[in-house]
Amino acid sequence: MALITVQDLSLGYDGQSILEHLNFTVNEGDYLCIVGENGSGKSTLMKTLLRLQEPIGGRVLMEKELRDGEIGYLPQQTLVQRDFPASVREVVLSGCQGRRGFLPFYSKADRALAEENMKRMDIADLENRCYRELSGGQQQRVLLARALCAAQKVLLLDEPVSGLDPKVTAEMYELIASLNRSGVTIIMVSHDIAAAVRYASHILHIGGRVFFGTKEEYLRSDIGKYFLAAPEEVKE
Amino acid sequence: MISTLMFYLQYPFVRYALIVGVLIALCSSLLGVILVLKRFSFIGDGLSHVAFGAMSVAAVLGLTNEMLLVLPVTVICAVLLLRTGQNAKIKGDAAVAMISVGALAFGYLLMNLFSTSANVSGDVCSTLFGSTSILTLSRREVALCVILSVAVVLIFVVFYNKIFAVTFDESFARAAGISADRYNLMIAVVIAVIIVLAMNLVGSLLISALVIFPALSAMRIFKSFFSVTVCSAVLSVVCALAGILVSILAGTPVGSTIVAADVAAFAVCYLVGKHANLQGA
Repeated sequence: MALITVQDLSLGYDGQSILEHLNFTVNEGDYLCIVGENGSGKSTLMKTLLRLQEPIGGRVLMEKELRDGEIGYLPQQTLVQRDFPASVREVVLSGCQGRRGFLPFYSKADRALAEENMKRMDIADLENRCYRELSGGQQQRVLLARALCAAQKVLLLDEPVSGLDPKVTAEMYELIASLNRSGVTIIMVSHDIAAAVRYASHILHIGGRVFFGTKEEYLRSDIGKYFLAAPEEVKE
Repeated sequence: MISTLMFYLQYPFVRYALIVGVLIALCSSLLGVILVLKRFSFIGDGLSHVAFGAMSVAAVLGLTNEMLLVLPVTVICAVLLLRTGQNAKIKGDAAVAMISVGALAFGYLLMNLFSTSANVSGDVCSTLFGSTSILTLSRREVALCVILSVAVVLIFVVFYNKIFAVTFDESFARAAGISADRYNLMIAVVIAVIIVLAMNLVGSLLISALVIFPALSAMRIFKSFFSVTVCSAVLSVVCALAGILVSILAGTPVGSTIVAADVAAFAVCYLVGKHANLQGA
């Protein structure tokens, strides 16, 4: 079942398009990886999917429930967060905020949900720790738990492993893959094409040339061969 | 000493000063936590200069109720400043500095050109440093201050979780369907109201201290947003109380005495925080 259908989408700023005639669909349970060079419009595409930015052409069709802000988002870390005094519990709970509407305080159900997602991300013991004192990998887990509080069905991850060391990066990818196996649809923006083809079910490559298809199709395609081969050529 | 205090407390103007001082300290410290985290520490300074400029205009125009002009002008500037903070051709700090210095110069210029009293530098000094205005509050001003402070605290409590979400991570909040713009606007309006109120207490130059110090002190020690907010409010109120009482007993200027108390509190918190970190490590 298609959760998100993108038809003939054009993206850009101030009427200048950086990406044109984009078509792809995301089905329930997919693991879509959006790859491309810097400046190819990955972040813009992400903002459009979150409806933070209007497309300059084309359409994004979403399942009804997704339209009410029901996409869990893992943004890149901001400068503000680095010295923000907040406990892990406070950060995770804030994921429930979108659904509260005008109600000012959290309900028991919200707290239970936060508790559950902290357990799921294996950070329950960090509950009262200060967010800014955690390691990069732990911080990402906290933000993932928050995203899961906002939405159970679809997660949109913006460069989730940037700044993490190789071991923690691998753990992070495994964690995301396990979420995907438990039925969460994943859309991930990444630089890391090698990891993308290892974990994703579908690849969207944007930039000079556009490719959308399953991982297997990508591996057979010219563009996929080119970009996957490139690093090895450099090594030799 | 106690008897001297009791003697002074018989006077309504001293009681008014205490009430207003504590309320403003409370409000500014609540908002201070957010402003410091949003990297807008200096907005207090900037906006207070805007309020000073607006006050000069009101004085020149001979308005009887200068609040009618000062409040809207300050609110508009606050909204503009916080808005440019997000996607700006002129970055937040530069915009604050620009508006701040511009309004200050403009206000002083107006006061000089169209001076309505003989003692211009005295007027300017008291508007900037708030030397005596807190001791000359009328019953109506106190009532206004109480009402506005209650409103600010209520707004803060009711929207506490939203404010946290929007301040901690604006893009996530937007994606989750919280209209961040609305809350940023609300924060801007509340800040402007507090600053116009606080001008009566410490004058425009020292408002920044009321906004920044309690928040920074609390952040030395505490690690969660809730505890930082509560600690900042408590510290601010205690320092304001101590400052006003000392200034009554020792005859020092109210504003600077409060700020001195805040600085002392910061020093203590810094040491406590350092000690706690060493022990933790």
